[in-house]
Amino acid sequence: MIEILQYGFMQRALIAGVMVAITCPLIGMFIVLKRLSMIGDTLSHASLAGIAAGMLWGFYPFWGALAFSILAAVLIEKLRKPFAGYEELSNSIILSTGIALAVVFIGLAKGYNADLMGYLFGSIAAVSKQDIYIMLFLSAVIIISVAILYHKLFYISFDSEGAQISGISVSFLNFYITLLASFTIVVSTRIVGIFMVSSLLVLPVATAMQMGKGFKKSLFISIIFALIAVVFGLFFSYYLDIASGGAIVLFSVLMLIIVLIIKTGKEA
Amino acid sequence: MQELVLKGRDIGFRYGSNYILDKCSFDIYKGDFSVITGPNGSGKSTLLKICLGLLKQQEGTVELFGKPIEKYSDWKNIGYMPQRVEAFNTRFPATVEEVVKAPLYSGSAFFSTNKKAINNIVEKSLSSVGMGDYKKRLIGRLSVGQQQRVFIAKALANNPAIIFMDEPTAGIDNKSEKEFYDLLYSLNRVEGITIIMVTHDYADVESMANRVFCLSNGTIDEKCEEVVRK
Repeated sequence: MIEILQYGFMQRALIAGVMVAITCPLIGMFIVLKRLSMIGDTLSHASLAGIAAGMLWGFYPFWGALAFSILAAVLIEKLRKPFAGYEELSNSIILSTGIALAVVFIGLAKGYNADLMGYLFGSIAAVSKQDIYIMLFLSAVIIISVAILYHKLFYISFDSEGAQISGISVSFLNFYITLLASFTIVVSTRIVGIFMVSSLLVLPVATAMQMGKGFKKSLFISIIFALIAVVFGLFFSYYLDIASGGAIVLFSVLMLIIVLIIKTGKEA
Repeated sequence: MQELVLKGRDIGFRYGSNYILDKCSFDIYKGDFSVITGPNGSGKSTLLKICLGLLKQQEGTVELFGKPIEKYSDWKNIGYMPQRVEAFNTRFPATVEEVVKAPLYSGSAFFSTNKKAINNIVEKSLSSVGMGDYKKRLIGRLSVGQQQRVFIAKALANNPAIIFMDEPTAGIDNKSEKEFYDLLYSLNRVEGITIIMVTHDYADVESMANRVFCLSNGTIDEKCEEVVRK
């Protein structure tokens, strides 16, 4: 197992994986508890449009992913108001637009290539040094933001009216958590892939919630579950030559199943 | 002279042309136990939310401690106890301690330097509602009555001058309800906290309330607006 760590691409994949395993549950916890699980899919499909735009016009796809996912985060919040009472429609609209743009850009770029497949399904060989620097920067923004805003984010997730009355700007924090989710998507795209990134926002959190712990403990447990899934997923991806995103998500699902079986056994 | 803490004048709130509230005026003074009552759909909760700045009225004014609600900023002076069913999902992973701490951090960061002071406040708030031994328990695994006590402790955490409550006893059994009202009575009469409560069942709080506002079809019924000084 140690020998594969001698390879530069595997070292980069592991560094990227650790960042993914920390940031996904960190933001996923708030997304899940605010019942916004679909936002991961919306932002990831918007970032796909950005990646495709980068491939079409020849700029670094990461910048495209970042720009499109931030734009999507802004538009999701803007569209909530005209669809008050049916706010989830804003997600559907942006998701559809993201896919449509991605399909058009990919078509104009003359179809699929290996690099695009890496973005779609995740690839351990695809993480470049430049990717790592951007991922480190975005991860730092996410971690520092959550550290500073932790209690406020907890409060708006638990009782948004109570939070508003205590003087917290709930609408700003709702937008900010969506923005952080867009950063998380960009951080995770290389390793987990566009199609599966939202799973990693949700699955470790869903598994941790089954443990019956408080908020902070659940958050740390979900990060541990994500770390286990990412590390095992990356090694299996290397040895079995399979897409890293699929391997990581399958490990996450396996852990959820194991925890559910143990829990059911205890309750019986 | 009693201090006027909440003043509403000619409050109007409507969705389109459909009036939910129309020309509602009221005064609430320091130390009052005020009840806003009326049948379902009469606009009680809407009025409460306007008083808290959660909804913006289209007509009239609301003043909290002499300041227009839009400009009021000293929210630590205000405790709020939402309807339990609206407040949270019972599967939400949070301990009692985490819930009570929540409003205490509205202006500070994760790495707070006054953790000890905050822990002391949590201990005190939970002890005052008889929930001191439940600090580490998950909120969703408590009985409904116990959950309501935790919400009171949360509302008390910032040592507020007023606590607003929206149907606080919904879903509580009779025994827990009586204990809950005894606790409220003590907070109001002993601690001097002003209580403003929305309830559809006035009979339960009649003996405690000294100011009652009956809402009917969006207006405060003058005949019901009697001050019952106990």
